[in-house]
Amino acid sequence: MKWLIALFTIVFSTATPAAVNVFACEPEWAALAQELGGDKVSTVSATTAFQDPHHIEARPSLIARIRSADLVVCSGSELEVGWLPLLLQQSGNGRIQPGSPGYLEASQFVVKLEVPRVLDRSMGDVHPGGNPHIQTDPHNIAKVAAMMAERLAQLDGANAATYRSRAEAFDKRWKEAIARWEQQAAKLKGTPLVEHHKDFTYLINWLGLREVGDLEPKPGIPPTTSHLAELVQQMKQAPAKMIVYSSYNDPKAAQFLSQRTGIPSVMLPFTVGGSDRAKDLFGYFDDVIARLLAPLQ
Amino acid sequence: MFQKKWCAAALAAAVFPAYAQDATTREEVRQLKQRVEELDKRVQDAENAATQAQAQASSRPQSESAFNPAVSAILNGVYSNLKQDPNSFRINGFVPTMGEVAPPPRGFSLGESELGISANVDHLFRGTLIASISPDDSSVDVEEAYIQTLALSHGFSVKAGRFFSAVGYQNQIHAHAWDFTDAPLVMKAFLGGQLHEDAVQVKWVAPTEFYLDVGTELGRGLQFPAAPASKNGAGSVNVFTNIGGDIGPSLAWQTGLSYYQTSPTDRAYDDPLNGITNSFTGRSKLWALSGVLKWAPNGNNTVNNFKLQGEYFKRKEDGDLTFDPAGAALTDGYKSSQSGWYAQAVYQFMPQWRFGYRYDELSSGTPTIGLLDSGTLAPADLPILAEYKPKRHTAMLDWSPSEFSRVRLQFARDYSRMGEPDNQMFLQYVVSLGAHGAHKF
Repeated sequence: MKWLIALFTIVFSTATPAAVNVFACEPEWAALAQELGGDKVSTVSATTAFQDPHHIEARPSLIARIRSADLVVCSGSELEVGWLPLLLQQSGNGRIQPGSPGYLEASQFVVKLEVPRVLDRSMGDVHPGGNPHIQTDPHNIAKVAAMMAERLAQLDGANAATYRSRAEAFDKRWKEAIARWEQQAAKLKGTPLVEHHKDFTYLINWLGLREVGDLEPKPGIPPTTSHLAELVQQMKQAPAKMIVYSSYNDPKAAQFLSQRTGIPSVMLPFTVGGSDRAKDLFGYFDDVIARLLAPLQ
Repeated sequence: MFQKKWCAAALAAAVFPAYAQDATTREEVRQLKQRVEELDKRVQDAENAATQAQAQASSRPQSESAFNPAVSAILNGVYSNLKQDPNSFRINGFVPTMGEVAPPPRGFSLGESELGISANVDHLFRGTLIASISPDDSSVDVEEAYIQTLALSHGFSVKAGRFFSAVGYQNQIHAHAWDFTDAPLVMKAFLGGQLHEDAVQVKWVAPTEFYLDVGTELGRGLQFPAAPASKNGAGSVNVFTNIGGDIGPSLAWQTGLSYYQTSPTDRAYDDPLNGITNSFTGRSKLWALSGVLKWAPNGNNTVNNFKLQGEYFKRKEDGDLTFDPAGAALTDGYKSSQSGWYAQAVYQFMPQWRFGYRYDELSSGTPTIGLLDSGTLAPADLPILAEYKPKRHTAMLDWSPSEFSRVRLQFARDYSRMGEPDNQMFLQYVVSLGAHGAHKF
């Protein structure tokens, strides 16, 4: 009996969190939770900027982490449909199931783009709820921040005031930064570009860029030689200014098109952690804009 | 204090009228700024409320059908080219499981079609039904039908109904998600293909940095190695544990151990070599040790990835063997200790393309059979139980144009039948329609 009590003490004392445990599906939400929670939260991201969030293995280590989470924050819109449901089911954690305060789907709080009118798998890997890569527009981050701060305040009432004041301070700094980014990127307006996957739809929409082609023949289907050949022809007639691909894409297709057409290829960090400069959310957009401006210099 | 300030201001206003005016303007500007900020915030709040309302409105059910569960269907078909007649399939040295373990028929054939329905029942439960439709006799089998808890905490979850038992690793994975067309020999010999149970499972995930779970299943004893018995207690018991984790960003691993025990009564089998039916009554214990290692550069599996998987099974049976219960009905002791293992490696060498190799080996050992030791029967009366070491080499190449479709070419040299090696070639397609399923690690 004594050893049983000892075991339970060990088990449940380690289970008691010192801070709000935030399990983010993507690094941007971990970074945002860190901005809003400071030392009141402990964050972990299930993926990195070098991984394709559509295709993640429901690894044992992720189940172990989500088991002790107080708040799960994910992009949603079916981005994590291949792995998150499994983690939630295996977690044995009732606090973070969809519908409970511990489950936050970021894309619910923004206006989504590319919501398909017709749903058919022959169109590739389309998302019924719209494009899920909402993190590339800082206005979306601001909206999610407000919701996340409220959720943190709800889950950790004792520190509610801290979350709200941090959210206010973040919002102020963020709005200033957005004004700066918009000013820096003003000359990018109307710039035609080719994208690998529809990873940067929101960025393109925010900065008024013009997407004229995708390296993927259909969303989620890897580039084919015939499709790239078509793009080479298209670029000869109406050249784009740059070919962008994200930190998790295989750069080969973008480099191939770049060599054939002389149009510079630009790697954009997909999210926080995708480049040396993108250490946090501010650094992320600083870097994205600098990289977009570079070919225009 | 305030008076002093006002005095100073008045004085300043008198002495420097221009400056004072400037100060009032600044004050006005400040007030205006504040007001603009307030308005801005109100607009922002209204916008937030609007987006929220929009999000809620768009996800609001329009009709009853909005609560329809996720539905998916798996279709698969295979072309088989086999040197040996699949009807003669047997695994020498091992008690026939009477399960579906033979290769598919020669030529073109439709595999089992699978229909899956799942949804949250309410805030406490989730329900899943997976039915398989057999192409030959158009019968519908319940492959899995279970409920599982959603709201338990502290790492506990409970599952009840019919589901694949947590015996080893691959047994818990649906056939359409396997890396090879057919099951490893250990599953064919020890589990009768794939072991499912009408059972209750309780599982606990430990609150540790690495993954650790322990669990148990109490079942009815639905199929081999059990035999359905009419009793109130559990017909089979399984206990299992798994540990797993990451080694850096590129490697993930999991290893598991399970112990399954059952006491079949009159578990009958037909000896394929002489057509005589025999039966076993006693105790059957099965240990399964499994390991999986997955590699992908930086955890990004889209271009290259590698998977190494292996399992070791050991079974001990102790009881009585009855020879020809309907006729001679001779009974004496039976004791066996048998084992087997396989290891397989699958490498995705470019997007959409993978190849893999698997090696299987079983060891029948020499069972102690009382009827033979006493000289009552000759070994020729129980031919399938003669000692043998079945082996198999398998190689495959598959192409997956998307997550939802796969075409596979597989070759195998199968030594399951003593003295009659089989060359097997399969060309198979597996596709899934409907809801996007999530796959286990």
